[in-house]
Amino acid sequence: MENNILKKVDLIFDNTCDPLVVVDKVLAKSPDDVILDIIDSGLKGRGGAGFPTGLKWKFTRNEDGDTKYVICNADEGEPGTFKDREILDKVPEKIFSGMAIAGYAIGAKEGYIYLRGEYNFLLPMLNKKLEDFNRKIKAKNLDFIISIKSGSGAYICGEESALFESMEGKRGEPRNKPPYPTVSGYNSKPTSINNVETLVYALMICKLGPDKFKELGTKDSRGSKVFSVSGDTPNPGIYELELGMPLKEFVSEFGDGDTKAVQVGGASGHCVPRKHFNDTIIGFEGIPTGGSMMVFNSSRSMYNVLHDYLEFFTEESCGQCSPCRIGCQQLLKGIEAIKKGEKSPIYIEELKRLAATMKIASKCGLGQSVCNPFTSIVDNFREEIIY
Amino acid sequence: MGKYLVNLKINNIPVSVEEGTTILDAAKNLNFKIPTLCYHSDLSIAGNCRVCVVEVKGQRVLSAACATPVSEGMDVFTNSEKVRASRKNVVELLLSEHNADCTKCYKNGNCELQEMTSEYSVGNHIYLDLVKDKDKILDISSPSIVKDDSKCIRCQRCVRTCEELQAVSALAVVNKGDHQKISTFLNKPMHEVVCTNCGQCVNRCPTGALVEKNYIDEVWNAIYDPDKFVVVQTAPAVRAALGEGLGVELGQRVTGKMVAALKKLGFNKVLDTDFTADLTIMEEGTELLTRLKKALVDKESVALPMFTSCSPGWIKFVEHIFPEYLANLSTCKSPQQMFGALAKTYYADKINIKPEKMVSVSVMPCTAKKYECDRPEMRSSGYKDVDYVITTRELARMIKQAGIEFNKLESERYDSILGESTGAAVIFGATGGVMEAALRTAYEIVTGREVPFTNLDIKPVRGMEGIKEAAIKIKDTVPAWSFLEGVELKIAIASGLANAKKLVEAIRDGKATYHFVEIMACPGGCIGGGGQPIPTSAEIRKKRIEAIYEEDTNMTLRKSHDNPEVQEVYKEFLGSPLGHKSHDLLHTHYKPRKRY
Ligand SMILES: Cc1cc2nc3c(=O)[nH]c(=O)nc-3n(C[C@H](O)[C@H](O)[C@H](O)COP(=O)(O)O)c2cc1C
Ligand code: SF4
Ligand code: SF4
Ligand code: SF4
Ligand code: SF4
Ligand code: FES
Repeated sequence: MENNILKKVDLIFDNTCDPLVVVDKVLAKSPDDVILDIIDSGLKGRGGAGFPTGLKWKFTRNEDGDTKYVICNADEGEPGTFKDREILDKVPEKIFSGMAIAGYAIGAKEGYIYLRGEYNFLLPMLNKKLEDFNRKIKAKNLDFIISIKSGSGAYICGEESALFESMEGKRGEPRNKPPYPTVSGYNSKPTSINNVETLVYALMICKLGPDKFKELGTKDSRGSKVFSVSGDTPNPGIYELELGMPLKEFVSEFGDGDTKAVQVGGASGHCVPRKHFNDTIIGFEGIPTGGSMMVFNSSRSMYNVLHDYLEFFTEESCGQCSPCRIGCQQLLKGIEAIKKGEKSPIYIEELKRLAATMKIASKCGLGQSVCNPFTSIVDNFREEIIY
Repeated sequence: MGKYLVNLKINNIPVSVEEGTTILDAAKNLNFKIPTLCYHSDLSIAGNCRVCVVEVKGQRVLSAACATPVSEGMDVFTNSEKVRASRKNVVELLLSEHNADCTKCYKNGNCELQEMTSEYSVGNHIYLDLVKDKDKILDISSPSIVKDDSKCIRCQRCVRTCEELQAVSALAVVNKGDHQKISTFLNKPMHEVVCTNCGQCVNRCPTGALVEKNYIDEVWNAIYDPDKFVVVQTAPAVRAALGEGLGVELGQRVTGKMVAALKKLGFNKVLDTDFTADLTIMEEGTELLTRLKKALVDKESVALPMFTSCSPGWIKFVEHIFPEYLANLSTCKSPQQMFGALAKTYYADKINIKPEKMVSVSVMPCTAKKYECDRPEMRSSGYKDVDYVITTRELARMIKQAGIEFNKLESERYDSILGESTGAAVIFGATGGVMEAALRTAYEIVTGREVPFTNLDIKPVRGMEGIKEAAIKIKDTVPAWSFLEGVELKIAIASGLANAKKLVEAIRDGKATYHFVEIMACPGGCIGGGGQPIPTSAEIRKKRIEAIYEEDTNMTLRKSHDNPEVQEVYKEFLGSPLGHKSHDLLHTHYKPRKRY
């Protein structure tokens, strides 16, 4: 089933509800029932990987041990993504409340917000509201307290295990998995880590009930999602849209009439060329996205677009694993060499094989996803890359 | 809680292993070798080189065999098309970043990366050359270690070694992406940072990025110089490992062959550091008893426990990290430096050679000794007491360079004097050995009887554990030492600086009290020294230790004070332990150093 139209939604920024009333409602239920509701809703993580949120909570709850953590991933570093900033700015209490609900559900007493270093300007406001919130939660006899940790400005620290390392005061490098965070996360304790937006949806599901949420979206992509729209569009900005929409509808709403490609999911996402607008669904069954939609019109050089992305990854790779550290440099230098005629055009095939190796041999999601933009841009815009 | 068994298949062959076992180890059980680079059995798992990737059925991506625990029903393929293609790509990527001038490289022939390339990257270099500033990044500042970043594959074994085994953290990962590299504090030269020169990182570096500073040419030049008289001393642990690089089976002692080889190389005299190890026991044992007397009888404030001082890596560690414990270090020089001081004084005189003509070379299992011989204090003879230190590895190389067929050599004996030694000296090479040697002598001095252990083997101080402790009750003393009657002598032993740190902290925090503590900077003691043959592992070190104890058992003399040459040197030259001459030649002092 797919939606034919592009439907705007207003759940995340809806300011008419008092989030603490939702917390009260949740506290009247058992933690297990809360988790069942989230599972039932079909909510999947909005940070990019799309793991079912209810299951993540359940796994964390099922772990032995008294010390568990809830972490809100507010490191938003994916190029073209700026929706978490808006959520943090506009509805922080909803995030806090979502965390408190998660804490209640999994049995955690502490929550942390890992805030992107560049968002430190939000800190005074957030801390002030948080103080107030923590006090109110205490008054409800819920043993849960939230604090904020400031990130140090590396994209890789948004990857969950690198984020834990960074929080522990170490160098932000992804860990080996397993163990997964639900078993061994921050301080090696069971940890449920969610994206900012995911936590607000969890709150809204608790408010509206899972059925209401399921009315939106498709079987594989329940609900809606906040999109960051940028590039060659007359209407850049943040939009909450129903999931499962055809890209065609998106382009007709946001394009400038001359759209040649949309990069779905930021630098680490896929590039969809015009010829595929009709058969591309935005959602977990089609192309998933953490929310970034970059629109390119025919004045753009896709070589430059790819070059920019590869420069970004070459710099932002944590550098620990060979396929990613060296692979990114080879892809970048490789397309430069082809452009300059120092390597023959068929070298692009070698680079594609390399990207495929990076996808399966890299240690974390960063190195694994470089293949997405590389292959999708090279396959669809081969002439622009070579000549 | 007992571990339960997990059933899985590797390359379609069923196997059951304990839960928590990695795919790498499970595959070893079935004799499937999976290549590795960042993995090292002494270290934590990094999972960063990705050459060990394997395919697990149903998984979207490949798994690092070294870092992935087995799970029930797993279906693993170690050599599928995807796996081999990925490994080949990864090795080629590593090479594209690598200054692969193998023919000019010090590690040529003993390099894990090189070995990997002969298996996975045959000839066709597809990728662009990414090596930056090949020459600029060579750090030759340290007298012990050469760091060449152009050869580094960022496996971080050195970083983990220095942090996990040595608790020094001289090396760290800095920067990200294409600028990521292994650096020192503020990227300073190795000689200026808190590094103990222990060489443990060198032992575990799979490439030529960290190697010993070699003095092979200097030693050859000295040998070839007709105006020089070149004496060589060999440390106890060398004989237990030298064979490894020369086609001899692991764990075989090669003392006699080594002496023969050294004579063939052209050294004028081949002498034994074991001799000064015995001497060290005389001096250090007396020093310990003197300290105990001051504490127990004279009620003077004296630094206890006394720490051994024969490991120069440990000395530098204390100077940097625990300067408040400098007074606890025995003032005895290491056997190497005692030897050097005697060589250019007593010995030169005895054999009628002018000290300025003498070149004193030592063969050590150790890279820190290269630094030690450069210390300004180590010139008590009026000259540099030890001119050059070469490691076990460098000696093996010289033997090969000279075309000597080591395996076929007939055993020869050390020259005399300064060539005789006892079993007590040999065991200096293993952790706990100095303690055992000291106890054999001190106990006998104090009680007039041998230590109360079968066959003189003081079992409680032996073994590979990082920290060991024991207590020995002193009974029926001879009159001169009656103040020790009934005293329970408490001792502790640590090897590996991370263990040493734990032990000193326990002492500092009042959680433990001892009279005498033996510390060796390297895991397992000198047999695991930073100058020993590569590779190293707990298994290899265990074999070397066995060889050491076997040598001890086979010696006729097994207590330092029984060494006739030691007795002769005291009679002819030194006088008595801790006497005036000893003080000048055999003892030293230490200085506090910066913590960063
Ligand atoms: C390189 C990299 C960067 C990431 N950055 C972010 C980020 O900035 N914010 C985020 O929520 N998730 C990020 N993720 C995903 C997280 O690892 C993790 O999956 C997510 O926080 C889980 O939350 P969710 O289940 O609510 O999506 C990143 C992943 C990778 C591999
Ligand atoms: S894939 Fe890239 S970012 Fe991830 S661990 Fe490897 S080097 Fe670091
Ligand atoms: S480090 Fe190894 S692969 Fe590299 S040049 Fe030296 S021998 Fe060759
Ligand atoms: S020589 Fe020892 S202390 Fe120095 S960097 Fe290597 S491991 Fe660390
Ligand atoms: S110096 Fe050697 S051990 Fe250290 S990271 Fe480089 S290659 Fe690995
Ligand atoms: S050996 Fe497994 S990743 Fe390096």
